[in-house]
Amino acid sequence: MIDTLLSIEDLSKGFSSSGRRVAALDNVSLTIAAGETLGLVGASGSGKSTLSRILLRLLAADAGSIRFEGADWLALDGAPLRRRRAHMQMVFQDPLAAFNPLATVSAVLDDPLRIHGIAAKNQRPGEIATLLERVGLTADHAARPVRSLSGGQRQRVAIARAIATRPSLLVLDEAVSALDVTVRGRILELLVDLQKEQGIACLFISHDLAVVRAVSHRIAVMDSGRIVETGPAAAVVAAPQSDAARALVAAVPRLVTDPI
Amino acid sequence: MRGIFCSLRQLSVTYGRGRNAALDGIDLDIAAGERLAIIGESGSGKSTLARTLGGLLPEGAKVGGEMLWPGLGHPPRPGRDFGFVFQDPGSSLNPVLTIGEQIAEGARHHLGFSWKQAYARAEELLGRVRIPQPDKAMRAFPHQLSGGQRQRVAIAAAIAAKPALLIADEATSALDVVVQAEIVRLLDGLVREDGMTLLFITHDIALASGFVDRIAVFRNARLVEAGSVRSVLSAPKSDYTAALIASHRDLTTPPLIEEVAS
Repeated sequence: MIDTLLSIEDLSKGFSSSGRRVAALDNVSLTIAAGETLGLVGASGSGKSTLSRILLRLLAADAGSIRFEGADWLALDGAPLRRRRAHMQMVFQDPLAAFNPLATVSAVLDDPLRIHGIAAKNQRPGEIATLLERVGLTADHAARPVRSLSGGQRQRVAIARAIATRPSLLVLDEAVSALDVTVRGRILELLVDLQKEQGIACLFISHDLAVVRAVSHRIAVMDSGRIVETGPAAAVVAAPQSDAARALVAAVPRLVTDPI
Repeated sequence: MRGIFCSLRQLSVTYGRGRNAALDGIDLDIAAGERLAIIGESGSGKSTLARTLGGLLPEGAKVGGEMLWPGLGHPPRPGRDFGFVFQDPGSSLNPVLTIGEQIAEGARHHLGFSWKQAYARAEELLGRVRIPQPDKAMRAFPHQLSGGQRQRVAIAAAIAAKPALLIADEATSALDVVVQAEIVRLLDGLVREDGMTLLFITHDIALASGFVDRIAVFRNARLVEAGSVRSVLSAPKSDYTAALIASHRDLTTPPLIEEVAS
């Protein structure tokens, strides 16, 4: 039996929309093992981001439970929650909106190292340089404002910030969707390398099954707030069982070298 | 042989003094009735090209070279000779006008329709872009629709005055892949049925390759190469195009992770 790092059970969340009750999450259950990547795929509005927000404690659930590293994750509060958050970090879609626009790269990376007591003050510049090199940037980037970086470089800084606290789980919500294809490919390679090296587990959320397939061991498919299918990545892609998964498979653009 | 709809000769655009050229010496012909994809990454100049054709450059932008419209015989009138579909339908639709009003406006203004005729055309267009219950949608506001439906409405508004050219600038990039595939099918069908010329601007060469006739690849303000889909994809002339093709990922691409045998 592989160690279960995260287990979500019967999670539900509703919103009201013009007087109607809409179930954004409807009894969602899933698990992630240590060092595993679970791809969560689904169309817009299927509930993926609601799930990630509840998981990150940015939103409260109506019902259900989450166990993370053996503890009742939803029961944590205050200082214990802040301490534990070091172990579950996140990378969002828009790296510019995820940073203080006036911050320099070193300030962005200094915060988690300081707040979580990872490195003493005099060791932080060295730690920042190591983190930057780890994500394919150089120590020279430290002094630059985040604003002056390209989209791909910014997302690398976001990843460096996320791994700074040595998390056991990374939540990546559409983390490569806003990037150009060539940049996207390099960021995906970086994520896979980091996982191999440090054994970080990932919840990789995207609407793009081709991207999810590239990095995921297992894939869960969401539709209308429910997980409609879960399985090994190869099996879900080769033989999708649900309508939602079949639609996602069919929608992946293929290079057509010979148009009719 | 189809006639030339628009001809660009040494077209250059600079956004301000001291800035690098956003387009640099572009020579490109757009054939009447063709579906041409403009492929490029962020900063390649593809959106500048769309804005230049559409007369949407900001004040202070400097345009050099020539832009000829032999297919029209006169400079194009925005909304009448070409329609424009932008990336974000949330910001291209007017939030305080009903769906019906904003589609009808184009038909009324450019085709001299009465409001009644224009509303009838708007409702017919909503049916063509496959909005369910067009009569009800006419009275809805943009915020009441999903992102995909809003983009369908934006397409209906863009073609309301029966333009000869439709410019779609990253029109599907903000949508999820399933909706994206539907919108591409819709655009493809509409331009075929109406014989429109389509300029499909995207960073996704695979998405374009599924339905366009020709591909033009842009990088760093220059046209790297242009040709039929088949020739560009099977025998790219530039290393850059080859790299773009190589970085494409679909479900047949080997995954990056090592899979454990189950």
